Amino acid sequence: MEGRVLVLAGGLSHERDVSLRSGRRVAEALRSAGYAVEERDVDASLLAVLGADRPICVVPMLHGETGEDGAVREVLELLDLPYVGSVPAACRTAFDKPVAKAVVERAGLLTPASVCLPHETFRELGAAAVMELLVARLGLPLMVKPARSGSALGCTVVRDAAHLPAAMVAAFAYGDVALLEQFVVGHEVAVPVFDTGDGPRALPVVSIRPDGGVYDYTARYTAGSTEFRVPADLPADVLTACADVAVAAHTALGLRHLSRSDLIVDDEGRVWFLEVNVAPGFTETSTVPLSVAADGLDLGELVGSLITAAVSRP
Amino acid sequence: MTENTPRASGTHPVPAEASTRLDSYVDRYAARTQGMTASEIRALFSVASRPEVVSLAGGMPNITGLPLDVVGSAISDLIAHDGATALQYGSGQGMPALREQICGVMRLEGIDAHPDDVVVTVGSQQAVDLVTRIFCDPGDVVICEAPSYVGALGVFKAYECDVVHAAMDADGLVPEALEQAIVATKASGRTIKFLYTIPNFHNPAGVTLSAERRPQILDICRRHDILVLEDNPYGLLGFDAEPVRALRADEAEGVIYLGSFSKTFAPGFRVGWALAPHAVREKLVLAQESATLCPPQFSQMAISAYLSRHDWQGQVKQFQEMYRARRDAMVQALDDLMPAACQWNVPSGGFYVWLTLPPGIDAKAMLPRAVTARVAYVPGTAFFADGFGSSSMRLSFCYPTPERIREGVRRLAGVLEQEMELRETFGALPGSLEAPRSGYDAPSSDLT
Repeated sequence: MEGRVLVLAGGLSHERDVSLRSGRRVAEALRSAGYAVEERDVDASLLAVLGADRPICVVPMLHGETGEDGAVREVLELLDLPYVGSVPAACRTAFDKPVAKAVVERAGLLTPASVCLPHETFRELGAAAVMELLVARLGLPLMVKPARSGSALGCTVVRDAAHLPAAMVAAFAYGDVALLEQFVVGHEVAVPVFDTGDGPRALPVVSIRPDGGVYDYTARYTAGSTEFRVPADLPADVLTACADVAVAAHTALGLRHLSRSDLIVDDEGRVWFLEVNVAPGFTETSTVPLSVAADGLDLGELVGSLITAAVSRP
Repeated sequence: MTENTPRASGTHPVPAEASTRLDSYVDRYAARTQGMTASEIRALFSVASRPEVVSLAGGMPNITGLPLDVVGSAISDLIAHDGATALQYGSGQGMPALREQICGVMRLEGIDAHPDDVVVTVGSQQAVDLVTRIFCDPGDVVICEAPSYVGALGVFKAYECDVVHAAMDADGLVPEALEQAIVATKASGRTIKFLYTIPNFHNPAGVTLSAERRPQILDICRRHDILVLEDNPYGLLGFDAEPVRALRADEAEGVIYLGSFSKTFAPGFRVGWALAPHAVREKLVLAQESATLCPPQFSQMAISAYLSRHDWQGQVKQFQEMYRARRDAMVQALDDLMPAACQWNVPSGGFYVWLTLPPGIDAKAMLPRAVTARVAYVPGTAFFADGFGSSSMRLSFCYPTPERIREGVRRLAGVLEQEMELRETFGALPGSLEAPRSGYDAPSSDLT
């Protein structure tokens, strides 16, 4: 394909470091596949650069806010620049965990019971009373997450109600709204979905077994601290169910080109949707490249297929 | 996905087996690498490198005032006239001429030393490493101030030492606390190898060991037969007076003194030194040779030329004035903007202010909010080996302009107000969280 591809990575989100690593890996893979690639941060000079020398396509490898909430893609739309990934409205829905959960639940998927509350509610109604209600409703253990963030930043498994206030404070450090979710005991898996033009298809299911039991930031980005199995060591019907859930979530949320759904398979083999990523990680320790390789695909050529799809968008 | 979907070409090959940890060597690392893990906090510092963020986190010396033309000319001459020597291996102990000049630098702090007892190192950071290497077995104890320099704590951890902290106050290390730590450690049957101390313009605490306490600290260490590792990178960067007399000036046998050109000249040359008693020096040289063969000859010759051809002490005075203006800006901004419940010191030199937060506020937990507000600092926990320090933070005034420092403090004050509101909502936070784990919570050395 003639012209250069622009890989955007970095930005000012809390996940800047992860984004830079994802961007580098995707750029390297694209170069290996024969593309001319430029890597750029998102900063005040970006628009001038895009205006002066338009790339054939933009590949946003931006994680966290502005990257995954659709904001940067909205600007790319304004510039009429083709880009890989979902359109802004779908990103907004997917990046907001409570909203995404509501959408997939309406589509018939299982997702853990949850409550979403801003800090103000705790302040106005009294935190102790609200937290008591939350524990009564969701039980223990429960998961506390920022409503809008990634890489498990600000996420805590709460097993003792005495630790809930600290978990709330940790989540609110990343945003004003927190999601409290019933903790589903089971097998954590990640399922990438790619659509190069023939409809969404799930790639092999990746099982995730962190040494410490919790797939937190350290477990995600320290090579060696998590055992991955791909395809996951689950019965064939469960693997199929995981793939179906990921594709259904991708479709229900109106996502385009690629996504990664994070799921839990409980002891009875039921598949629970936790969240979806519209700009999944492509770092050296990320699950998507593992799944891509296990499917016998070349990462650069696969992303290249997405570029082709983006450029040929009607 | 079509039938023509590309297949793997080998760039990222399919794993040979279905199970992988993405690290072929995961079972082979030494035990001491435990804890060398990705850190959520360290990742946040990645944002701090962006110009939109006022970073009060890093400790990079501000060398914008250096006469780069003079340095450039000296380096050009060096290569033109002595290139074959400058680009060659050198002595493991370091260049004799530079060691002579280093003795002249130390004389400003009252130290009378012989060049034979100086070992040039790759920054004083390597001197900390070499001293620890030759003295410490796993499980040996190093006594450190509370808080202490994160880079030294990293070295002690790498050599599997146990760190015992001794309290400081506004006058530096508290003699009673030191003695108590020594007695308690010995009573527990453990072996203390040395006291690691930064007497002047402490990193991170900003305080300076008072003149009254210096002989007391030396006396305690003499009585208990404890070697002192005196780390003094900021000693010439005082704002108010002549250089403070070094501990080594009054105790030659019981003190290893570490110095550096990173703050008085330029860190890029990576040249520091250790001044040690004869027997120790011999071992340091052998350790240096096994670590690097020799300190960089080019850097040593460049520094030697700079010291001999340039008014380096005049340059240090300029640095002092610049850092003093930044210290003043930070302290004024803290006075004007921070909530009353915060406490901080007014350093008389160096790069850092140590700020203690209102009760119940956790600096580490607050950092994501600060990064969102485009200001960064280092949480106090980075400077303790035992998990303490959560209610404190280190603020660096060395790099940003006075205007940016004030803006950074303004942002930090806003973040703190929000955090206090949150703590008011949720009250005291009993117990500790299960999830957050991290390896290294301090920024890398190239962070401004």
